[in-house]
Amino acid sequence: MRVVLAEDLFLLRDGLVRLLEAYDFEIAAAVESGPELERALAELEPDVAVVDVRLPPTHTDEGLQCALTARRARPGLPVLVLSQHVEQLYARELLADGSGGVGYLLKDRVFDAEQFVDAVRRVAAGGTAMDPQVIQQLLARRSGDRQSPVTRLTPREREVLELMAQGRSNTAIAGKLVVTERAVAKHTANIFVKLGLEISDDDNRRVLAVLAYLDRDR
Amino acid sequence: MTGGPRLGQTDGMNTDTKDGGGSRTRAVVLAAVQGLVLALAVLPSTVLCLVLTLVSLALIPLGVGLVTTPWALAVVRTLAGTRRRLAQEWCGVRIPVVYRPVPADARPWTRTAGLLRDPQTWRDLRWLPVDMTAGFVTALLPAVLLLYPLEGFAVAAGWWRVLADGGTYWYGFVPVTDQPTALGAAATAAVLLVAAYPLAPRLLVVHFRLTRALLASPQEELAARVRVLTETRRDAVDTSAAELRRIERDLHDGAQARLVAMGMDLGTVEMLVDKDPEQAKRLLAQTRRSSAEALAELRDLVRGIHPPVLAERGLGDAVRALALRLPVATEVEVDLPGRADAPVESAAYFAVSEILTNAVKHSGADRIWVDLHHGEGRLRISVTDNGRGGAAPGAGSGLAGVERRLGTFDGVLAVSSPAGGPTMATMEIPCALS
Repeated sequence: MRVVLAEDLFLLRDGLVRLLEAYDFEIAAAVESGPELERALAELEPDVAVVDVRLPPTHTDEGLQCALTARRARPGLPVLVLSQHVEQLYARELLADGSGGVGYLLKDRVFDAEQFVDAVRRVAAGGTAMDPQVIQQLLARRSGDRQSPVTRLTPREREVLELMAQGRSNTAIAGKLVVTERAVAKHTANIFVKLGLEISDDDNRRVLAVLAYLDRDR
Repeated sequence: MTGGPRLGQTDGMNTDTKDGGGSRTRAVVLAAVQGLVLALAVLPSTVLCLVLTLVSLALIPLGVGLVTTPWALAVVRTLAGTRRRLAQEWCGVRIPVVYRPVPADARPWTRTAGLLRDPQTWRDLRWLPVDMTAGFVTALLPAVLLLYPLEGFAVAAGWWRVLADGGTYWYGFVPVTDQPTALGAAATAAVLLVAAYPLAPRLLVVHFRLTRALLASPQEELAARVRVLTETRRDAVDTSAAELRRIERDLHDGAQARLVAMGMDLGTVEMLVDKDPEQAKRLLAQTRRSSAEALAELRDLVRGIHPPVLAERGLGDAVRALALRLPVATEVEVDLPGRADAPVESAAYFAVSEILTNAVKHSGADRIWVDLHHGEGRLRISVTDNGRGGAAPGAGSGLAGVERRLGTFDGVLAVSSPAGGPTMATMEIPCALS
């Protein structure tokens, strides 16, 4: 699997290259600035891009803008965005085109190599990887509203919803919560009924529906 | 529903003369009426004020004056204040107010002494006699210029018979004795009327310029400005020193302490790795957790110093991101064609943040509207909520802090929060966008 990596801090870039190579990814390019990233994305046609939000030369949201532009040119181009902080605002922009293949994680998530690599693979396969913090922000907002159907979920269902919104498959959720996959499927069905969403067998579409629901303006 | 209501537009200048004769005639008549009102009010009130003040000053040696002088001077100030307001509203002539602050709870003697030491008091008193003479004439002239020609026409229309009554009636410099001379008076009246056309509004402006020349003092204005700047600078320095202390403490107790602990743990791991690999693994996991916690703490700290979205996207998106973190539904409307200077952005952001926090904590609102726009060289922000109102600056509400923050940039905060709501906080900061 070919990866384009954009990160301006040498130590982190180097670490990420080693980590990804250790998990059999092929690093097509490891760049350190916005213009370089733009070129790499256009020319190298990677399977997935791992991009830091803040890049030289402006040190603003150069990386995010590059990723969004590249996805407009090539819809569905898998992009995993990394940042020192996560904002629902940016998550919304990344998800706006509704085509999946998007990840948005805190840089801290690299600490857990396996989970991080799993997220990269998921995004590359057209799935979603949203940082738990984004999901918690979304849920916290929903829960503040007493009329929201989210408040009617059982604690277990809420856990499942959180993991599902992060983009995890039923199998992964079952593993994480130490329950059977059938139990997870049941919870999922309940959640969809309570939230009034249409049940879909397609994992990706399911995640996008849940995220869209949580991000909807009240 | 759009964003919150906008700030009131407060430029009451008479913008005229551009759209044809109709509005010009209206301006002439308006100037005459305004001048007449002014002249009729000027003479009695200035005479009264001058007499009151002089008597009060004369009574100071007897002690009575100590009590009456502040009161008399307050009346004078009200009179001058009214004239300043009219100058701004009628003719767009800005006359700055630069009285020195007098402590409200001071004793009569210190109060009177303080008032008498203020050069503006003496400027006010000097203004009174000039106002009742030259000021009176300049205020009356527009009306005279308009009414006197009317008399001239009346004279020509036959009124001269009554006025002259066999002798000579002087209309201006024209001796009216018969119909031809009466027509001469009418001609003079016409010339006067034509002259009144451009002159009347200008004469009113002259009146207010005269007032300004007497009441305003550029030096005193500068001094007042220096006072404000000194105060806001002290506030800014205090605030930033307190901020630095807080950051130092947070780093010292937080990230720094965690890094020390991690270093120690890693040392132990090094020692244990051969002897007790299991224990070493446990310690490594703990170290990783510590590093994650240190990162989270640093992230919060950074957010408190300068939020990353503000650096990356500017004020509009930073406020949007902030709104998305609130538990209350918040609509944000942004109309900013560029970015302000970083310090202004930061001050505005933290001011909005503080006000939003207040609204969420105390107002009980379930909807908030934030409106940001830029116009006339000012950044204007309004935050409106549909809560129960009753917010007041001071009262430990954090609004005083917002005022201080904005004061550094000559910004102002106004809060309207009647009991029962809604609460609307508006902020204005003079700044340019780039």
